[in-house]
Amino acid sequence: MASATPTASNAAPPARRTGLLRRFSGSEHAVGWAFVTPATVLIAVFGLLPILWSLLLSFQKSDLLTPETPFVGLDNYKQIPGDATFRLAIEHTIVYTVLFVPATMIVGLLIAAALNRKVRGISIYRTAAYVTMAVSTINEAIIFMWLFEPSFGVVNAVLNGLGLPQGQWLSSPGQALYVIVAMTVWGWTGFAVVIYLAALQGVPKELQEAAAIDGAKPFTIFRTITFPLLSPATLFLAVWLSINALQLFDEVYLTTRGGPLHSTTVVVYYLFDQAFQQFNAGYAAALAYVLFLVILVITFIQFRVGNRFVHYNR
Amino acid sequence: MTTSTTATAPAEPRFRFTRPSPWHLVLIPLTFILLVPLIWMVITSLETEAETRQFPPVLLPASPQWTNYPDALSAAPFLRFMLNSAVVALVVVVANLVLCSLAGYAFARLRFLGRGALFAVLMATLMVPFQVTMIPEFLIVKWVGLNVWDQLGIDHLGALIAPNLATAFGIFLLRQFFLTIPVELEEAARIDGTSRLGVLFKIVLPLSLPAMATLAALTFLDSWNSFLWPLIVINTESNMTLPLGLTTFQGSHATHWELLMAGNVFSLLPMLLVFFAAQRYFVRSVAATGLKG
Repeated sequence: MASATPTASNAAPPARRTGLLRRFSGSEHAVGWAFVTPATVLIAVFGLLPILWSLLLSFQKSDLLTPETPFVGLDNYKQIPGDATFRLAIEHTIVYTVLFVPATMIVGLLIAAALNRKVRGISIYRTAAYVTMAVSTINEAIIFMWLFEPSFGVVNAVLNGLGLPQGQWLSSPGQALYVIVAMTVWGWTGFAVVIYLAALQGVPKELQEAAAIDGAKPFTIFRTITFPLLSPATLFLAVWLSINALQLFDEVYLTTRGGPLHSTTVVVYYLFDQAFQQFNAGYAAALAYVLFLVILVITFIQFRVGNRFVHYNR
Repeated sequence: MTTSTTATAPAEPRFRFTRPSPWHLVLIPLTFILLVPLIWMVITSLETEAETRQFPPVLLPASPQWTNYPDALSAAPFLRFMLNSAVVALVVVVANLVLCSLAGYAFARLRFLGRGALFAVLMATLMVPFQVTMIPEFLIVKWVGLNVWDQLGIDHLGALIAPNLATAFGIFLLRQFFLTIPVELEEAARIDGTSRLGVLFKIVLPLSLPAMATLAALTFLDSWNSFLWPLIVINTESNMTLPLGLTTFQGSHATHWELLMAGNVFSLLPMLLVFFAAQRYFVRSVAATGLKG
């Protein structure tokens, strides 16, 4: 095989070498492999190998400590349907995802629409809206624990001032999950605003102006022209936020540890608990593969459904 | 500019006073509501313990308790946490820039045996969520710590660094960018006898600074805010990164909200500074690739 660029190895034609050896020592092969090997080895050891090992582990019994990991066949997978806590975890994950994803998208779109105009100081407003991207999940969780503190928190104070009933929030099995929805929506707002604002800036002004001249009302213009043109951003956000919602962990670990009464136990928290606190690593690996499949299926459905209404402005 | 033009039509003053847009009436409250959690964090960090225990809450502390900050810093080794976070993040960012640009360049420009297949396999790992890989990753890192280094185990900064030195995402990002650079620029240098490595470092990378900055910003954010993996591998306080250290601090000072908020502000500051300095790279990278750490 000749080298790709005519200038590459003409100086020393490898005439005497033959066969496989020649193919590998041809300059581009050797240089190419030399360039990709360090990254490839690292990704193979810490990315690829764990993916396969995890599959193997899901057919074994392992406590992460003893070296013996006996094969148990499909036992781990068979155990999943009868696991009542896992069923609860799925329910909570679905409730969380169904609330979190649309709420973040609506908040992000409204703020992005407000920020998509030429006003003096707009870059300051935009920076303020983006800033939650820099706030870690742990910072966010501690702040919201304080805002929703039952006895001294600001949220109860505001409700009290308005004459509304106060809540126990993260200490209440009926409310804790919704507080986690609120804090994560806030945490992801900056991200959603960036996506929607970039998309809004790509919408051609001429279409909206033409519709306005024809007498269309602002909301009609938004509904029939702007929003359809934003559909690639909407689809992307729906997919990306869903993937992250299904993997919710940090906030739950920090604020409630899955409680009270399992009311915030979500799938990844349960998986973490099984692997690293109950030491059922084989079972946790099986759960992880089920989660992986669910994410794949949901993403696939979102793209199939999404592509039916997405307009690509090409 | 001549005097005659200024006489007939006065030049635009630098700061022209125009009536403020009514949109400020929407934007100011909106921004305020978004920032309330952060504002409240700062206010609480300056209150006395007694002030945090009043209902309705004290809106402005009688006198700002700046001592809460040194108190929080002495209650937990926050500087150590921050140093650990910085070491891990810097090593990971530099390693990703070097290793991913090498691999990304090879995938973009060099024709080598197995290129397509290798690229496809690496990209496939991007689809798999971390929860699938974390258990074997734990076992592998522990094994390496015990066998390759003498009884190092897993409870050390190396365990936070090693798995993240190179990412398939970084390779993909840089490869896509390298493909947009005209190949003619490199060919001229190749004719002059520059090696591939020389071409990469002298010609391609200087043209790729925006992509490199994007990768650096995303990798830094990801590393700095990472929580689940440090939670799994680190037990010793002196090896904790900020998110993990803050979590243990929260566990032991759960009711001292003024100290918690001071620690929170302190841990948030470096990331905020980086964010303001590199805002356009964060914004561009998120808008372009749609990733958050």
